[in-house]
Amino acid sequence: MATITATAPRTVPGVLKHRAAHKLLLLAVVAAVLVPLADARWASGTWPDALTVDLTDPLTRTSDWIIDNRDSHPLFLYFFGHISNAVVLCVRAVYLLLLAAGWAGVTAAASLIAWRVAGLRLAAGTGVAFLACGFLGMWIPTMQTLALMVVAVLASVVVGALLGLAAGLSDRMDRMLRPVLDTMQVLPAFAYLLPVVLVFGIGVPAAVLATVVYAAPPMARLTALGLRGADKEVLEAVESLGATARQRLLTARIPLARKELLLGLNQTIMMALSMAVIASVIGAGGLGDRVYQALASVDVGAALAAGIPIVLLAVVLDRVTGAAGEALGDEPQPNGRAPWVFALVAAVAVAVAGRLVGRLDWPETWALNIAEPVNRAVDWMTDHLYSGVPVIGGTADWAAHFTTWVLDPLRDGLQWLPWWSVLLIVAALAWTIGTWRTALTAVLAMAAIGVLGVWNPSLDTLSQVLAAVAVTLVLGFATGIAAARSDRFERLLRPVLDVFQTMPQFVYLIPVVALFGVGRAPAVAAAVVYALPAVVRITTQGLRQVDPAALESARSLGATPAQQLRQVQLPLARRALLLAVNQGVVLVLAVVIIGGLVGGGALGYDVVFGLAQGDLATGLVAGAAIVCLGLMLDRVTQPTERRTKKGA
Amino acid sequence: MRIRIRTTALVAGASSLLLLTGCGAADMTKQASPFANAQGARTVTLSVQSWVGAQANVAVAQYLLEKELGYRVDTVQIDEVPAWDALSQGRVDALLEDWGHPEEEQRYVKDKKTIVNGGDLGVTGHIGWYVPTYFAKEHPDVTDWKNLNKYAEQMRTAESGGKGQLMDGSPSYVTNDKALVENLDLDYQVVFAGSEAAQITQIKQFAKEQKPFLTYWYEPQWLFKKVPMTEVKLPAYKEGCDADPEKVACAYPHTPLQKYLNADFAKDGGEAAALLKNFKWTTEDQNEVSLMIAEQKMAPEEAAKKWVDSHESTWKAWLS
Repeated sequence: MATITATAPRTVPGVLKHRAAHKLLLLAVVAAVLVPLADARWASGTWPDALTVDLTDPLTRTSDWIIDNRDSHPLFLYFFGHISNAVVLCVRAVYLLLLAAGWAGVTAAASLIAWRVAGLRLAAGTGVAFLACGFLGMWIPTMQTLALMVVAVLASVVVGALLGLAAGLSDRMDRMLRPVLDTMQVLPAFAYLLPVVLVFGIGVPAAVLATVVYAAPPMARLTALGLRGADKEVLEAVESLGATARQRLLTARIPLARKELLLGLNQTIMMALSMAVIASVIGAGGLGDRVYQALASVDVGAALAAGIPIVLLAVVLDRVTGAAGEALGDEPQPNGRAPWVFALVAAVAVAVAGRLVGRLDWPETWALNIAEPVNRAVDWMTDHLYSGVPVIGGTADWAAHFTTWVLDPLRDGLQWLPWWSVLLIVAALAWTIGTWRTALTAVLAMAAIGVLGVWNPSLDTLSQVLAAVAVTLVLGFATGIAAARSDRFERLLRPVLDVFQTMPQFVYLIPVVALFGVGRAPAVAAAVVYALPAVVRITTQGLRQVDPAALESARSLGATPAQQLRQVQLPLARRALLLAVNQGVVLVLAVVIIGGLVGGGALGYDVVFGLAQGDLATGLVAGAAIVCLGLMLDRVTQPTERRTKKGA
Repeated sequence: MRIRIRTTALVAGASSLLLLTGCGAADMTKQASPFANAQGARTVTLSVQSWVGAQANVAVAQYLLEKELGYRVDTVQIDEVPAWDALSQGRVDALLEDWGHPEEEQRYVKDKKTIVNGGDLGVTGHIGWYVPTYFAKEHPDVTDWKNLNKYAEQMRTAESGGKGQLMDGSPSYVTNDKALVENLDLDYQVVFAGSEAAQITQIKQFAKEQKPFLTYWYEPQWLFKKVPMTEVKLPAYKEGCDADPEKVACAYPHTPLQKYLNADFAKDGGEAAALLKNFKWTTEDQNEVSLMIAEQKMAPEEAAKKWVDSHESTWKAWLS
């Protein structure tokens, strides 16, 4: 999932406050000149029509051209066609291999790999997880997702490592790539789907390529980071021994960057899983498709049956790659080869045994039907908790109240604001905590949304994001503070956060539909749950890193715990809190967009509509607006430090 | 820059493949799903649309293909329009219920010849605007579109703002409602529930409280048995009156629903293609299965089994 680079807390000098005031003053002067001009030229209110560019025609023509020429134009025959073929071929090869190994072989192989890299406990966990997938009747979809994942992860790692190598070795490449990779990490997964669909059509090739584009950046970032972070003295020593540049790279820099490389692999796998599931919207098949089908008919039980394997896969993959990274620090064991050979032989033996017994497919009788009891429970909940519960009201009532009292006024308020004032607010926010560069990017991104002609739906999405972020921050800061004060609470919380942080975004839609029905409120609820763990974690870390000396002196002056918190801890942890806000906003946006699948409306709905109706013009414009919105939100909440920090 | 990364990925993939295959042309419109025909099993890939009727078709077809003919069936959830494209590329083999897409038909069936018509499904579909019967009985004049504005006030909801709410379901369905509201000068706002399931939930909620509502709905649909609804008369449909999607001001037609098959599959698909071409049942049959899936929450497989067990004469004819 998203990386969190906690910055060391720094004290905020009073000068900064001054500087902020200066910036605001300057902005006010600029506004005083420009606003009357803009107001006179184009009316206030929503974004003026005169300033929009209608892209529908050219985009529709492009999409038509592609469909008409896909089977004849050389570009497709000799270029995209081969890529598409290669992807299909690879996925198929892996899938056939998995099927040929049979359920017993796959489970055994997975457990044995886990045993070698991460120890017995994880091996047992892995075995149980795979068996659970089978028992839930999801063996074939799980294998389809796994096949897609294997290909996508391999491709992402190759692409990411190459880019990272380039950025790690050349300063110029680094300067070019870094902002792009940084930005790519804050964009919602949904925005990546449409451009690939345009070229490849709906299906597995498009899904794999979207996954690669989404999952390669963390690998590239961490590779570059690892190469740049190598110990200067070691490098000098190697150089003084007369090693060539290539020897230096292979014998010193890459081995020194092992930890970062493995962390990169871990993040790439997690992001690939998350994307492989979302890509079911463009025909990826597998587990995601089952969730998608079930969500379309609000069949919570079936969605859960497909969702649990996703979560299990995520947890297993995360733990095993994470453990591999930690084990790297240790000395390599003597006779390291033999256990691997043993593991390989054992896995093959199990696979062959399964084949001989004729039990390759998961036996149909070994099934645990959880859909029915879950649906019964959901029905009971809808009947009893949904509405009309005395005193507290039902969950649907809460959702309705949240929509009428929070979301509606917020949306109407934003849409009522004159367009130039929205730009001004964005500029003011971004500039006070960032540089003029970030402010300019933010304003331009917001203006681009207007130019694209999706001002109103974007503000609708923005209102959902703001509401969700507000709830997330209140809950997250409260939990974070509690966790920072009590070790026991933190210990209890940690495994929960671990699991929640590894789950793909798609899974969160399932329970909220059961609880809140369909609409904007469930989209917001899913976003809150998704973003909460990151916010809690960063807050806790930030508060715990506060200089103990400062706290001690406050205590000795007789400050109450509340005073300590308010006057020492929170101000000193300001950086971490700002980072928490930034992460919260980015994560919330990603899920609010997916909320289009459960009636969230606005931009997410436009993307779904574009895909559903083959109307790529609508979808692509919405996708571009999502990119702009993500860019704007990131810049507005981005503390200066993250940008100016070099190398780190 | 994202393009750069993609290009790098593409170049890497393409060059490695070129090494393998030589420099031949690769027709990406002739690619099956990578999951098809695994392990020598004969596989059919069926596209499922999100409404229950389509699920009923697929459930029964899948059951017969698997149990009677020994195929492995993959189902993929794709909406109609993308399903046409996937059908043309051979990524799915069949689309069992199409509600009329003249533009795609022209492109794929007549011009490119990558898709062939698989015959009637046997069910006639009709889209329209509906009000609940309990409301129509109290206010008989609501069933004429000219009087709809009178009732706009009563149809108002949180999502529709100051206008009446015309509820639409999934973004993927055939609809002219936005144009209709505008061209007929109605004081209504089209509100998309996001999915058919969401729309059904809403309709049931309204019916429970006996509230008035106006909704886009269609026949055949199992929900009519649960919530009786009456159609609102729109200006009569004439051939070609819906040609320009911007200027539509007439009702929806009655469409005999069609099946479409990938051209290669239709030619080489053997027993499976023959079964899917012969697949033809009645509105009652479809509703029976739909009701089992949607209302009794049966697994599609079980519902199909139940129908197949009790209608042997119908499906035996498809197998020949």
